[in-house]
Amino acid sequence: MSDLRELYQQVILDHNRNPRNFKELPGAMRKVEGFNPLCGDHYTVFLNLDGDVIREVTFTGSGCAISKASASVMSSTVKGKSTEEANQLFDTFHSLVTGDTSTVDAGELGRLAAFSGVSEFPARVKCATLAWHTLRTALEGEQESITTE
Amino acid sequence: MSVLTQTAGPASTLDIETVRRDFPILRREVRGKRLVYLDNAATTQKPQAVIDRIVKYYAEENSNVHRGVHYLSEVATEAYEGARKIVKDFLNARDVKEIVFTRGTTESINLVAQSWGRRNIGAGDEVIISAIEHHSNIVPWQMICDEKGARLRIIPVNDQGELSLDEYEKMLGNRVKLVAIGHISNALGTVNPIRKMTELAHAAGAVVLIDGAQGVPHGVVDVRDIDCDFYAFSGHKVYAPTGVGVLYGKQALLQAMPPWQGGGDMILSVSFEKTTYNSLPYKFEAGTPNIEGVIGLGEALRYISGLGVANVAAWEHDLLLYATARLQEIEGLTIIGTAADKASVISFVLEGVHPHDIGTILDQEGIAVRTGHHCAQPLMMRFNVPATGRASFGLYNTREEADLLVEGLHKVIEVFR
Repeated sequence: MSDLRELYQQVILDHNRNPRNFKELPGAMRKVEGFNPLCGDHYTVFLNLDGDVIREVTFTGSGCAISKASASVMSSTVKGKSTEEANQLFDTFHSLVTGDTSTVDAGELGRLAAFSGVSEFPARVKCATLAWHTLRTALEGEQESITTE
Repeated sequence: MSVLTQTAGPASTLDIETVRRDFPILRREVRGKRLVYLDNAATTQKPQAVIDRIVKYYAEENSNVHRGVHYLSEVATEAYEGARKIVKDFLNARDVKEIVFTRGTTESINLVAQSWGRRNIGAGDEVIISAIEHHSNIVPWQMICDEKGARLRIIPVNDQGELSLDEYEKMLGNRVKLVAIGHISNALGTVNPIRKMTELAHAAGAVVLIDGAQGVPHGVVDVRDIDCDFYAFSGHKVYAPTGVGVLYGKQALLQAMPPWQGGGDMILSVSFEKTTYNSLPYKFEAGTPNIEGVIGLGEALRYISGLGVANVAAWEHDLLLYATARLQEIEGLTIIGTAADKASVISFVLEGVHPHDIGTILDQEGIAVRTGHHCAQPLMMRFNVPATGRASFGLYNTREEADLLVEGLHKVIEVFR
């Protein structure tokens, strides 16, 4: 069970049960759908920018606990950050969940650190990063949907 | 008979201890636990007899088939064609000419869509499939219907996962050229009444293809009794290697069909002015085939026949009834697909837990199940679930393994409580 407790930390279970910013954002500047065709995870990320600063991120959709909690934590973490800061945070987060911890500054991660257990479950990396990939696409502002495959 | 029934059937005389010893992989541990393999609808494990047969082929018989006059080519060709005879007998087909080797069910269906379909489906015609098909029995028909301006019609399914025969009968007008139906649903386990459905289609003048990917592993298939025009299945779902499959087709239909792929082996003579195609079934087997796969498939069917196909079906049916009853004891668990006639495939959802998380937690217990949409997204939409967990039982599974699944699911609930 110990690996499982590492994966399903309280923060993740809590955000899965009560996802933050889990709603549509009517009139959002950007709206991108993200799919994981392998397991059927499907989210829509809504984004409002103020110049280069992320004013609001919300999401809707369905998927596993890891993907939903990740979307939820992401939505509250990136608020108020610049596009560049958000992209950097994703890079750090990606390193964390893929087990490349040499470059990860734990202090920078905050609640995102709850996803460290994912690195022991390579099949679940896509779940943890789906919302982030979707957000990155929204920040780039060119596409309306992405898939993890 | 080609069907299994939901009520308790005749007792199986399968010697399970011996059977389990025949499958070396079942002895291995996964994550420190004994492997409990319940993903047989995705692919089955291989018995030692099949593994040995492939090793023997490469160690003693390897050569190209239908080519050389040398000794090994004769031996390899004999083994390859011997497997065709085994498949013909297994399906109770009339002639080996009706057995075409392919890469799998998907290729078999695409062959019919591209060869028979291109020639026989036109603008305004209709093709009927059902709401519970695998993507491999949806997309090839969508492609040909799009190309020809034909209409794809879908037989609806009720809440139990059974097709509506009334609706089906109403659809069967004179525009219908083809009916393509799964024998057994990979996602729900529903056994469709394919004999009756074939009869109805024929009465309306339509040709019938049965997607038997899940049919062959779970019961006796008699293509003459079903009277279908085409029957497709994959080797790897019936204890044979991956990369090999079968298309059964009635001889007259195959005869009239143009080749699908061109190349070696499918020709009698080639000049730049004119090529004469080979006779059945070689016309549809362009290029060097999957010789080891075909020989392995023959051995797998021989193995199952040795156990007795009906015997295996009875064993699996007992597992289905037992596992269904045990799973229903779990609070918050709902079985998706409760047809009266079902094979040993159980799809389920657990309240408050996504199937993907179920799969990860069961995996930590050494239990392999499939989670996801099972390549049947329209079906998932119909039942309003994004995905399900699926436990599919094969001939080597036991009641004890169903108990371990139930224990594992209680661990899932514990983590998510």
